[in-house]
Amino acid sequence: MQGLLAWVPLLPLIGFLILVAIPLFHRSEPPQKFVACIGVGSVGLAALLTMIVAFTLFWKTPSELVNISLWQWMLVDNLQVGFNFHIDWLTIVMLLIITGVGFLIHLYSVGYMRDDMDFRRYFAYLNLFVCAMLILVLADNLVLLYLGWEGVGLCSYLLIGFWYKEPANGTAAQKAFIVTRIGDTAMAIGLFLLFYEFSTLNIQQLISVIDGQEVNTEIITLACLLLLGGAVGKSAQLPLQTWLPDAMAGPTPVSALIHAATMVTAGVYLIARMHPLYMLSEVAMNAVAFVGATTLLISGFSAIAQSDIKRVLAYSTISQIGYMFLALGVGAWSGAIFHLMTHAFFKALLFLSAGSVILSLHHEQNIFSMGGLYRKIPLTFICFTIGCACLAALPFTSGFYSKDHILLSAWEYHQGVNILWLAGILGALVTGVYSFRLLFLVFLGKEGTASTHCKDANTPVMSIPLCILAALALFGGLLAPPLQAVFGVRPDEDHSAWIEGVAIAMPLIGLAIAWRLFLHEQKSGEQRSPLMQFWFSGWGFDWLYGHLLVRPFKYLSQINHNDIIDSLYKGTAAVSRQMNALLSASQNGQVRWYLTSFAVGSILFLALLVAL
Amino acid sequence: MPIETAPGLEAGIMLSSILFCLGLAGLMMRRNVIFMLMCVEICTNAAALMFVVAGAHWGNVDGQVMFVFVVTLAAAEVAIALALVLQFYHRKHTVDIDQLNELRG
Repeated sequence: MQGLLAWVPLLPLIGFLILVAIPLFHRSEPPQKFVACIGVGSVGLAALLTMIVAFTLFWKTPSELVNISLWQWMLVDNLQVGFNFHIDWLTIVMLLIITGVGFLIHLYSVGYMRDDMDFRRYFAYLNLFVCAMLILVLADNLVLLYLGWEGVGLCSYLLIGFWYKEPANGTAAQKAFIVTRIGDTAMAIGLFLLFYEFSTLNIQQLISVIDGQEVNTEIITLACLLLLGGAVGKSAQLPLQTWLPDAMAGPTPVSALIHAATMVTAGVYLIARMHPLYMLSEVAMNAVAFVGATTLLISGFSAIAQSDIKRVLAYSTISQIGYMFLALGVGAWSGAIFHLMTHAFFKALLFLSAGSVILSLHHEQNIFSMGGLYRKIPLTFICFTIGCACLAALPFTSGFYSKDHILLSAWEYHQGVNILWLAGILGALVTGVYSFRLLFLVFLGKEGTASTHCKDANTPVMSIPLCILAALALFGGLLAPPLQAVFGVRPDEDHSAWIEGVAIAMPLIGLAIAWRLFLHEQKSGEQRSPLMQFWFSGWGFDWLYGHLLVRPFKYLSQINHNDIIDSLYKGTAAVSRQMNALLSASQNGQVRWYLTSFAVGSILFLALLVAL
Repeated sequence: MPIETAPGLEAGIMLSSILFCLGLAGLMMRRNVIFMLMCVEICTNAAALMFVVAGAHWGNVDGQVMFVFVVTLAAAEVAIALALVLQFYHRKHTVDIDQLNELRG
């Protein structure tokens, strides 16, 4: 039964291969219906399969572990890397999120991309992405995980630059690829270090090795920090967060799937997967927590100042992943995964509703030219409202349960008021402000310039995923995943009521602030105060990196235009060319010249003999 | 029968050296293939003369035997070389050796 799980990543791969191979057999583009059937069907089947396996596992023995060995991938000396899957509840939860939310987004894409010329290419990439992401979460060793890790990075690159005819999109894709590459390099070095120290990269073996013996904490800390580097790159956390807002250049369902629900949470998954390692290192845990806390505040404030509907959501994604890192850093592993799950639901919902808004307004993304849309696209309005409520963690939405869990864990971690908890609480307030600012500016208030020619673009194929996601976002809080077997059980502590009260009150205060400030704001968004401008530019990180890294790099490459190192090899070639020219000049084909040289040579030789 | 030692060894060597240098100079300076062949003959004959002179000096017949060999060799050489010259003239319509320079680097 569990062997069926091997088919889960295989199905999207088959879908991808079919979609890619079509031009080999068929000259004209296949009909959209066929492409949609393959593209959506493969992920749908995978989702179905995952659910069946999850339910059987759940009823049988919730804590049972399953290992599936497919084949040996590489074998070098004592490095054994197998194409093996390890399945526990963390994996199952991730599988359900990826295939479930992935399926809904695929379905929605059929409607969203209906007028696109490259319908087939789109679904091919999307299927490949799902396959890579599934390999990432199923892998039982870090090398296979890295394969999936790079695979999702590649698909992210391909899909950000999907509309490649626009140069800006290509630039955004390259930025995303290069920035995440920095983190990936750190992660690769971390893997080397782990292998060097423990001579295994199998995660379970690694954990048992660490459990079994006294280990060097400094090495563990270093390895954890390097892995954190990879996670930070992939999950767009400080200081590598700059690529995610630009990644919004891709189609909106892609933003929903890759840059909100699944791929960017891979970093969270990685750290949760390696949590026994992190628990050994106080420094690494604190680093994770502080990265999360700063990121969630910085990007939260950035979100307040944005004018592009998708960039607001992008910054909110960074901020919410910051919450997950905060949770990881304070040891609330299941809290982080729980928030990952609810976030996948409500952020996918928000992005897909935003996609509907964008499509209805004929690809208008500026929120200052929207407004008053609630009458024209009521279904989208309702879904967006639910999404915003979850994002802001209003009571009894899914976001509330998971975020509350994180805030309480941050409180417990230091037994009282502490900077992490304060950051989380302040972040909750900011989240309330920006999410309701977005809602008010887009759907309430006076009609903007773009609202007048709004035409509801929702087709059933788009509405159904929206409704399902809305239901999941609302009630997902009740689906707390059974992760005790993976992360252990934490003792429940009693908290004084005021902590809960603060956590509930903060989003509501945020809502009030947004109501007061933004409900009737009719500014074009062009004139901003200096502070807003600073936040708008994402705290000037792009400017900083531009001056710190990009410009010196460009300057150096200008200097090195002729490749200084290469001149060594060019010099060797030039010298041998010169020698060749010299010697071939002596081979001039003149018999008399040869004879003369022969005579002169003989005379010299004889003279030499005589002289000696 | 004792062989009389020939007088004028030095003169013989001088003559043969002068002949050889003449032949060599002619080889280097002439462009006409026929003349070059004749210069080669002069060189060979200079060498052959040297054998004879040396043989006479030491009272040894080997020098004269070598002379016969050299003459035979020269005959064979001339036979081949003249055939080559004919071919050369046939192809190039000239006997200028400098025209024969296709094999150059």
